[in-house]
Amino acid sequence: MKTYMELAPSAALTEEPPAAPPSRGYWGVVWQQLRRDPMAIAAGSVLLLIVIAAVFAPLLAPADPYKTSMIKRLLPVGSEGFLLGTDELGRDMISRLMYGGRISLLMGVVPVFAAFGIGTFIGILAGYVGGKVNMVIMRVLDVFYAFPSVLLAVAISGALGPGLSNSLLALTLVFVPQVVRVAESVTTQVRQLDYIEAARMSGASAFSIIRVHVLGNVLGPVFVYATGLLSVSMILASGLSFLGLGVKPPEPEWGLMLNTLRSAIYMNPWVAALPGVLIFLTSIAFNLLADSVRSAMDIRR
Amino acid sequence: MIAYILKRLLYAVPIALSVTVISFVLVFLAPGDPLNAIAPADAPEEVITALKSAYGLDKPVPVQYGLWLWRALQGDLGTSIASGRAVAGEVMSAVGNTFLLAGLAAGVGVTLGCILGALAGYRSGGWIDRFASTLSVIGVSIPHYWLGLVLTIVFSIWLGWFPAMGAGPGGSEAWEWNWEHFRYLILPALTMAVIPLGIITRTVRALVADMLEQEFVVALRARGLSGRAVFQHIAKNTAPTVLAVAGLQIGYLMGGSILVETVFAWPGTGFLLNTAIFQRDIPLLQGTLLVLCLIFVVLNLLVDILQPLIDPRMGR
Repeated sequence: MKTYMELAPSAALTEEPPAAPPSRGYWGVVWQQLRRDPMAIAAGSVLLLIVIAAVFAPLLAPADPYKTSMIKRLLPVGSEGFLLGTDELGRDMISRLMYGGRISLLMGVVPVFAAFGIGTFIGILAGYVGGKVNMVIMRVLDVFYAFPSVLLAVAISGALGPGLSNSLLALTLVFVPQVVRVAESVTTQVRQLDYIEAARMSGASAFSIIRVHVLGNVLGPVFVYATGLLSVSMILASGLSFLGLGVKPPEPEWGLMLNTLRSAIYMNPWVAALPGVLIFLTSIAFNLLADSVRSAMDIRR
Repeated sequence: MIAYILKRLLYAVPIALSVTVISFVLVFLAPGDPLNAIAPADAPEEVITALKSAYGLDKPVPVQYGLWLWRALQGDLGTSIASGRAVAGEVMSAVGNTFLLAGLAAGVGVTLGCILGALAGYRSGGWIDRFASTLSVIGVSIPHYWLGLVLTIVFSIWLGWFPAMGAGPGGSEAWEWNWEHFRYLILPALTMAVIPLGIITRTVRALVADMLEQEFVVALRARGLSGRAVFQHIAKNTAPTVLAVAGLQIGYLMGGSILVETVFAWPGTGFLLNTAIFQRDIPLLQGTLLVLCLIFVVLNLLVDILQPLIDPRMGR
């Protein structure tokens, strides 16, 4: 990790060759801004902890997340040997929560990444080509806007049938139109600027104009928008699992755990509410981080 | 103005048509024969053919869609495979229940959000502002299905104030306007209200704080207008945006009610969707989707038409 002192001068003076793309300095300033924002550091640390617990679950988890025990069902939080108690089948909660983070985070993050890629591509295409192509693409996407997003996600994954890949697909389809709108509107604005017109006049190919000039302008706003989607995606993804449309039991996943533990709210409410605490923490951390990223990236505009 | 309304109405027609196409076609995305849900795997050939023609599945999909749309326009959405009852009737009574839930939730969320957002905007930087922004971040980040579980634990298991599930005493699904039934509505509606609360608080706060700095407000104050008169001006200028956000929120809440309805076993459209998906009840799935989406399209339309009508900058 770079320190603050290393970051500041190097971007402008020492390392950068003169022809380097200007974006690096920009991202450097954004990074520096984020490091000074206490909210960003707090949210980032919470996320980092959750991610570490999930990624290194096989090393860190005290027990096997699949091992059931009929006599140790629904032990309360703080039981001996079971720090966060056990679930309705006697499985260790803390281990299941750690392993659960793997699928839950995957389900929350992958659709946003996919939509970021696909949406930026379609958006730039629509915005840059313009004319009829733009109109057709945007009118088709308007139809997706006629569906409330939860309903669209539930309908697509319900129609495709339960399963991890189907819910990933459903969530991606929900987010793509939104990303396209952002990318398209920025591209349409940028396309008419003089320097892009000049580049076109001097014989630059469409591909190189997009790569050098358009992409640099579009990525920022789309990136900010996509970070904002992460929190929504976490809630929706776990929501699909909660409905039984995501992964299947006995797989540990926060939304699904919340569902299967529902019968336990009378006997052991604390344990039953635990998976939701993690969904909430992740989603609020993503939201705060997105707010910080948004204000950090406004510095140049 | 009339030209604008007409244009907006015309624009809604292709959207509504596309919605019918998607609602109908979506179920054909699923791998496997839709008949599998009805016919046993070892059913003889004649039975399958008979069932296919009974449900119209022997015709090509575009023809099926045309027939379905034609009947839907006449109020016939087919017969539910799971219950054997008319889909239209089932959807209509479920929509009523969902609207009750979403309407109350939006009402509570929008009212509280406006009050809190206005206070926060007036005293930006103060403790109310910090409280409001914390609350709105929580509102938009909380998985509300989990909040529903927590509220159930606190208010129905520990305190015993409200029932945990259902929509009426004795498992009745028919709504009546009395306290006995209303008790069942409180927890799910409060759970749902968190979403619009967070969004409206944030919107109103930003609008009010922004407007207080604008020249016309400064000028009104300089002319010696009282706080109340200035507030009226601000309220008038905030109203169109709040209306737009609130209108869409009702649509989002109705479409997204499935999660809350599952937590509280509320007999609305979410419950129907659940049944339709897990029992692969295709007519029910198509019908529920269609009605919910058309409601959303109409809400969008109403917002777009009403918003300029109440905007003080228009028509003067």
